[in-house]
Amino acid sequence: MNESNNNAESKNTPLGGLGVKSPLGDLGVERNNNAETQTPPSGGGGVIITTSQLIKRFPMGKGEFTALKGIDLEFGIGEFAGLIGPSGSGKTTLLNILGSLDSPTEGEAIVLGQSVSKLSAKGAARLRKESLGFIFQSYNLLQVHTVFENVEFPLLLLNYTAAERKKMVMDALEWVGLTDKVKSKPPKLSGGECQRVAIARAMVKRPSLVLADEPTANLDAANSHNILKTMENLNRQLKTTFLFATHDEKVIGYLKRKIFLKDGYVDKDELVNN
Amino acid sequence: MWLAIKLAYRNLIGAGLRTWLNVLVLSFSFVVIIWMKGIMVGWDYQAKTDMTNWQIGAGQYWHENYDPYDPFTFDESHIEIPELLKSEISNQNITPMLIAQGTIYPQGRMQSVVLKGIDPTQKVLYLPSEKLDTAITALPAFVGQLMASSMKLTVGDRVMLRWRDENGTFDAAEIEIVDIFSSNVPAVETGQVYIPLDKLQQMIGLENRATIFTFNENFKKENTPDGLVLKSKDELTKAVDDMIKTKNSGQSVFYFILILLVMLAIFDTQVLSIFRRQKEIGTYIALGYTRRQVVGLFTVEGGMHAILAAVVAAAYGIPFLAWQAKVGFTMPVDTSEFGMAIAQTLYPVYGVGLVLATTCIVLIVTTIVSYFPSRKIARMNPTEALRGKIQ
Repeated sequence: MNESNNNAESKNTPLGGLGVKSPLGDLGVERNNNAETQTPPSGGGGVIITTSQLIKRFPMGKGEFTALKGIDLEFGIGEFAGLIGPSGSGKTTLLNILGSLDSPTEGEAIVLGQSVSKLSAKGAARLRKESLGFIFQSYNLLQVHTVFENVEFPLLLLNYTAAERKKMVMDALEWVGLTDKVKSKPPKLSGGECQRVAIARAMVKRPSLVLADEPTANLDAANSHNILKTMENLNRQLKTTFLFATHDEKVIGYLKRKIFLKDGYVDKDELVNN
Repeated sequence: MWLAIKLAYRNLIGAGLRTWLNVLVLSFSFVVIIWMKGIMVGWDYQAKTDMTNWQIGAGQYWHENYDPYDPFTFDESHIEIPELLKSEISNQNITPMLIAQGTIYPQGRMQSVVLKGIDPTQKVLYLPSEKLDTAITALPAFVGQLMASSMKLTVGDRVMLRWRDENGTFDAAEIEIVDIFSSNVPAVETGQVYIPLDKLQQMIGLENRATIFTFNENFKKENTPDGLVLKSKDELTKAVDDMIKTKNSGQSVFYFILILLVMLAIFDTQVLSIFRRQKEIGTYIALGYTRRQVVGLFTVEGGMHAILAAVVAAAYGIPFLAWQAKVGFTMPVDTSEFGMAIAQTLYPVYGVGLVLATTCIVLIVTTIVSYFPSRKIARMNPTEALRGKIQ
């Protein structure tokens, strides 16, 4: 699936605001954008995600619970968008399907040109491994691994050499300002630091799409803004598509596109003009 | 696979105390299994060596009628010392022994004994036959420690001995205990009285005759003299082999318990890991691992416990096992009354095969036991796992 991975531009500009180095360093490693080229609603390149009449039902007792009730959406490359809604609105379910961690009951979700429902377990794992980055509410770091090892993990799966891995991990930690915590383990880090490690881990392989599920839910305001600025800068510099699931006002304030979900439907889809 | 090994190693080392507790239990099993097996091999070796030294030499010729378990055969189990063997007897490569029945009366009690006539100059067996070469008025005799204990005999004691000659006539004489030996071989001690061969031959009227001929390693077996049967060393030590085999199967229960301990330790760890590390499992899957790869990772982690345990076991086990091989294991109770060829101190003997086989068995068992609980991961819903929800 990743034969056309190299259609992203390789830049080497500093990340604005944070004063950190560009993630696209001089390793010659290019970002995994293999989406079709269509005009996106708010991004700058082709379409990266398309969902049509997406329905997801879960068994509940003797009946069923419908979490998604026919979602039609399209996301372009480089979007900084969010699925907004209260608990039970279906945002995490949608994120899981787009992340190929779950499959729809009906309808179709095309992510990076691949239909999630038609992917084999191996194919879905390859999609996640090569093109997707995940950021979770509770960080989901490997507790017994150091910061370096956590960030290195996706690169191990992609068979980079040790030298490449070291360079890319150090670059990613530089973006998030954690080069001094390389040998620390997650239990020794603050919540904000943990989430920054999670961002570095999600970004280290230069994925096309980052899916962030309530990334600031466990953080205070200052840490939340710091994290969001980091992600915003990465989005701007790398054209990485960020898709959030959130109901946090702080996150909502940064989004360029807000999709409001209500009871499994898209209630409102609005673009934010800068 | 290499990645799974690398990650498993990181996970195990990172888990710290939890890992090392399991590793210690496993390493303990390694060392104990090897030590116990070593003791059994050592016992086998010691029993055979003692039997060779004290009882059977490198083999024996028996009179064709001789049956050590049937004293009624003794009267008809003697042969004139064959010409074929005489030169070897004078070369100290063979020693003849005449066996007969008798009765002693220590402190007023009566005890049936086996009388063994032995050449005082013989060098084939460790028996202190040279002690019989003494000038005392009574008939010189020596007995084993077991016999001395049960009959309450000490060196210098005089005891009445009664026997029957070749015509069936009873006769009696006083014997004096000139030595008491200790051998670890009950078969040469229990109920046996050793006296000079020529005296016994005279007492029974069987001049120049013997029942068995024990030879050493220097003796070259060519033709078996008429009326004798060759008993090889293997044949004569078969009883010991059988006994060790029986003991080994008895000990299998203990090995099984140890292996069970290993299995339980690993199984518990794996089950606990799968419950406690749901979020981690979900994360592996989210980052691009297939569920099968996660199963592989957890299985390798389990197997790696055994490898770490082998390393830890080597660290303290090798010095311990070497020390045991040197000083031996002294049995906590008196073994002389066990009725079998067992020394008070056993020296374990370890072979490469024993160490490799034990390591392989523990490694295979650990990996298999790790795999079964890990299979549960293959049925996990990754979205639930990511939230750490127990499934």
